[in-house]
Amino acid sequence: MVDFGGWEMPLHYGSQIEEHHAVRRGAGMFDVSHMCAVDVDGADSAAFLRRLLANNIDKLQVAGKALYSAMLNEAGGVIDDLIVYYLEENSYRVVVNASTAIKDLRWMAERLADWQLAATITPRREGADALAMIAVQGPEARQKVWQVLPGCRSACESLQPFFAARSGDFFIARTGYTGEDGYEITLPAEQASKLWTALAGAGVQPCGLGARDTLRLEAGMNLYGQDMDESISPLDAGLAWTVDLIAARDFVGKAALVARGQQQHFLGLVLKDRGVLRAHQKVVSSQGAGEITSGSFSPTMQQSIALARLPLAVAINDTVEVAIRDKLLAARVVKPCFVRNGNVLV
Amino acid sequence: MNIPSDLKYTRNHEWVRTEADGTITVGITDHAQELLGDLVFVELPDVGIEFSAEQEVAVVESVKAASDVYAPVTGSIVEINPTAVESPEVVNQDAYAAWLFKMKPAAAADLDALLDASAYQQIVDAA
Repeated sequence: MVDFGGWEMPLHYGSQIEEHHAVRRGAGMFDVSHMCAVDVDGADSAAFLRRLLANNIDKLQVAGKALYSAMLNEAGGVIDDLIVYYLEENSYRVVVNASTAIKDLRWMAERLADWQLAATITPRREGADALAMIAVQGPEARQKVWQVLPGCRSACESLQPFFAARSGDFFIARTGYTGEDGYEITLPAEQASKLWTALAGAGVQPCGLGARDTLRLEAGMNLYGQDMDESISPLDAGLAWTVDLIAARDFVGKAALVARGQQQHFLGLVLKDRGVLRAHQKVVSSQGAGEITSGSFSPTMQQSIALARLPLAVAINDTVEVAIRDKLLAARVVKPCFVRNGNVLV
Repeated sequence: MNIPSDLKYTRNHEWVRTEADGTITVGITDHAQELLGDLVFVELPDVGIEFSAEQEVAVVESVKAASDVYAPVTGSIVEINPTAVESPEVVNQDAYAAWLFKMKPAAAADLDALLDASAYQQIVDAA
């Protein structure tokens, strides 16, 4: 067990690698109740989020649609990355990271007051309204959920990726952090252990933080605090696709991003030699130096992979060197999505 | 916790077995492999290299962390276990069968300073 943003979390329930494979090959589940659901409601909720977030919530036109976005400070650094769900008119749910939740809530409340907008911000963490979250991921994940929650099937079977639907007390989203199909189920906290036990009984493998990290790394998904933070622009963290600098809409951090532009290339590395890439290792290339932001051993690929900030001149398929202890080891530069739906892409 | 009584140990979680020919066989303890989790990489030194006691000899890496393996005593490497390099998971499966390297101690008397099983057990319990 480790401390994770104030939550006591298991790194694994037995074998991290077996948990990883369970998600790629069958179904695994993660207790992600540490993530904080924040409801944003009111007449100005859309206007508030439109200005608060780097991605454009005007993309959310259909109830249940989800959007991944960074929330920036005025300097264009990433305060947090989050998912915002459009529940219904004037009603959104924002899901933020555990370790940043208190900071996020303070920032949101301050901006709301500055802009004098009519919206309420309600974290769903405490008391009778507290929400838990269980992510069920893998090629068999949706089938397992339908088996355990037959009453939810009609609501969630036809969901497209990045959409969510309510089913009674449950809020079921076809989202995840593994590169596999599946659901993230938000539910009243007091019902969480019953669902967990039922899923385990149906053969869904409980997975810890360790497998969650290797799965998201293989999927090329950023981890807040590691791949980006308040000192890093989303443009330098591979998140340019979530930032709209062309539309007239203004948002916090936009001016800084426009002024500074992209300075680094956020790419993947596959180690050619034997060894393990780790965060903060230096990358050496003929175009200049870079740094690994996340690295580990890929259980699916059986070699070490990493995400790295590299000089803009470095291109896909270049070979660079990584300083590991007293050696320089060769690594191939790839698009930062290594594995998707069980298939190796690089 | 599996701590065989016929082996010697170090504070750095290595186990040491003294062979009939005076060499020592070294691995990491069951406790160490459990702390590290699934091993994915083992780097061992070349045969013939000399190390001082507590000098870094080898590296074992799991999915979550890298950890150094130290020389239990001063001596030279006489053999390494290629199976541990090729299939690091053997260390997780049986830490006391999956040895890492063998050394010829510079002075046999140095082995007296190693811990017995009960002394190592106390270190594990105190951690």
